[in-house]
Amino acid sequence: MSNVLVFVQQTDGEVAKVSRAAVTAAKQLKDKWGHDKLIGLCVGPSAAAAADKAASLGLDQVFYSEETSFQNYLAIPHAAATEQVAKQNDCKTIVAAATTTGKDFMPRVAAALEAGQASDIIAVNDDGSLKRPMYAGDIFADVEVTTDTKIVTVRSTAFEAAEPSGTAGSTAAISVSVSGPEVKFDNYETSGGDRPELTDAEVVVSGGRALKDETTFMEVMGPLADVFSAAIGASRAAVDSGYAPNDWQVGQTGKIVAPNLYIAVGISGAIQHLAGMKDSKTIVAINKDPDAPIFEIADFGLVADLYEAVPALIEEVKKAKA
Amino acid sequence: MKILVPVKRVPDYEAKIKVNADGTGIQTADIKWIVNPFDEIAVEEALKLKEAGKATEVIVVGIGPDDSVQQLRYAMAMGADSGIIVKTDQGVDSDVASRVLAEIFKKGDYGLIIMGKQSIDSDANQTAQLLAARLGLAQACFASKLELGDGTATVTREVDGGLETITVPTPCIVSTDLRLNEPRYAPLPGIMKAKKKPLEEIAIADLGVDTTPKIKVLRMTPPPTRAAGRKVESVEALVKALKDEAKVI
Ligand SMILES: Cc1cc2nc3c(=O)[nH]c(=O)nc-3n(C[C@H](O)[C@H](O)[C@H](O)COP(=O)(O)OP(=O)(O)OC[C@H]3O[C@@H](n4cnc5c(N)ncnc54)[C@H](O)[C@@H]3O)c2cc1C
Repeated sequence: MSNVLVFVQQTDGEVAKVSRAAVTAAKQLKDKWGHDKLIGLCVGPSAAAAADKAASLGLDQVFYSEETSFQNYLAIPHAAATEQVAKQNDCKTIVAAATTTGKDFMPRVAAALEAGQASDIIAVNDDGSLKRPMYAGDIFADVEVTTDTKIVTVRSTAFEAAEPSGTAGSTAAISVSVSGPEVKFDNYETSGGDRPELTDAEVVVSGGRALKDETTFMEVMGPLADVFSAAIGASRAAVDSGYAPNDWQVGQTGKIVAPNLYIAVGISGAIQHLAGMKDSKTIVAINKDPDAPIFEIADFGLVADLYEAVPALIEEVKKAKA
Repeated sequence: MKILVPVKRVPDYEAKIKVNADGTGIQTADIKWIVNPFDEIAVEEALKLKEAGKATEVIVVGIGPDDSVQQLRYAMAMGADSGIIVKTDQGVDSDVASRVLAEIFKKGDYGLIIMGKQSIDSDANQTAQLLAARLGLAQACFASKLELGDGTATVTREVDGGLETITVPTPCIVSTDLRLNEPRYAPLPGIMKAKKKPLEEIAIADLGVDTTPKIKVLRMTPPPTRAAGRKVESVEALVKALKDEAKVI
């Protein structure tokens, strides 16, 4: 009987939360599609430690490699490792989180294994088909992957993150043979400070074009994020104008978030933005235009000038928390 | 060096997309079609390279029915030198697109392919990567900056934690992200000129590729709607609602 492989992203030996969601999706696919075992793969520095943690999430076996090809993220070695483990362990379903990592290398695995890929799935349906959004979330499509080997990337906000359970599976080091064009990793520039990860935060506060410039953006949104211990997001307009770093963009073509609380400040609510946040539990919108489309999906809408409302909100929240 | 730029026709991003009556597709009656915005960015980047003397020719390629020629003409009006249309009336998924593009690439002597990271209809984000793998080439996806060197391309990529820079050997495949550039509008004289630019027509069957889609759409549905919320009168009322109703404070 064939198996499921889940690619597990890790940093410093910790399994990424998005990958714990991918594990949950992989378990559902294993049951639904009648596979036997759940196999994991971790690569990069401290992959061994991450493999131990991944094995405790209900995986039967986790392979890992700390070889130099995985020192930094590169598509070709990642695809080679995944392809190799899939072939050696008869994995017919291969799963990863739909992060920029999973999006980047999984199609290469699909091409190598002549597999079809369903991107960014949000549910495994009863009939075994997969649900995924299209057209910026205007449409949900139920799709079937018609090939024998199937590649699936998972929208992590749509699946619970797997938690450590009873017995942990085994782990084993592998050596990956990588071939193909030589790609050089030059550098990585993180935009992150001490704030929580956007895709991981309980509260996200996002700013739009109304925030004028980079300084104003941080002066207004920073303290708001502080009172909620929130991550900061932004609309495309704010990112394009240089108010906020690229990877803060929430939306169809940026990050998908679904926090407990999402506060949209000076954001109009274009469909492309909504696509990235409309599954948030509670949505608050602050906008001076009463007809802004963001109010159609906000649980609580405040029609106000953000430069007055945001400082006042910070004060009131402090009082309420005191 | 010749640059190949795939161009896809998609519904206007401002259009509200609705499912058709039997749930097999979308309602297309009132839709305005445009060049996929990420492909427009790809065309712009190729034109800039040509203007900087780093490329000699920009060729755009589309796959689809006769009507998709309009989007190729638009790209030529922006400044692309010529076009290729691979004709088919069937649905083309990322996998089929990558097979077709691989054949087109092999027929020409291209030094670079620049293409969109995703098309805003299927939102799959696969074709560039599939194509790179099929051709055994390196990829540099989600590009926000591209610099050509001697037999290399140095690309800054928009990734989840920030920005990452890699250097890949050319020919390679670059997929565009939003910050790469701001595409020009096609000037009016360009639109007239584009009609006279060479357009090669190829029937998909003549390429000898497998055209069976690997992803079958069984049905489409509208997404669930969010229960309507309400407007609050003041910051105090907002905080009260967040505390008492949403229980997030
Ligand atoms: C291919 C493509 C992909 C895209 N992907 C994304 C994506 O992933 N994410 C995304 O966000 N967008 C995306 N967009 C862009 C999207 O269509 C919108 O253009 C964008 O979301 C608008 O950003 P905004 O709401 O900040 O700006 P605007 O639409 O300009 O809205 C600004 C709002 O601020 C309000 N305002 C102004 N001043 C004040 C004030 N003093 N106080 C209170 N309110 C004020 C105004 O009333 C207005 O509603 C994409 C577009 C395309 C074509």
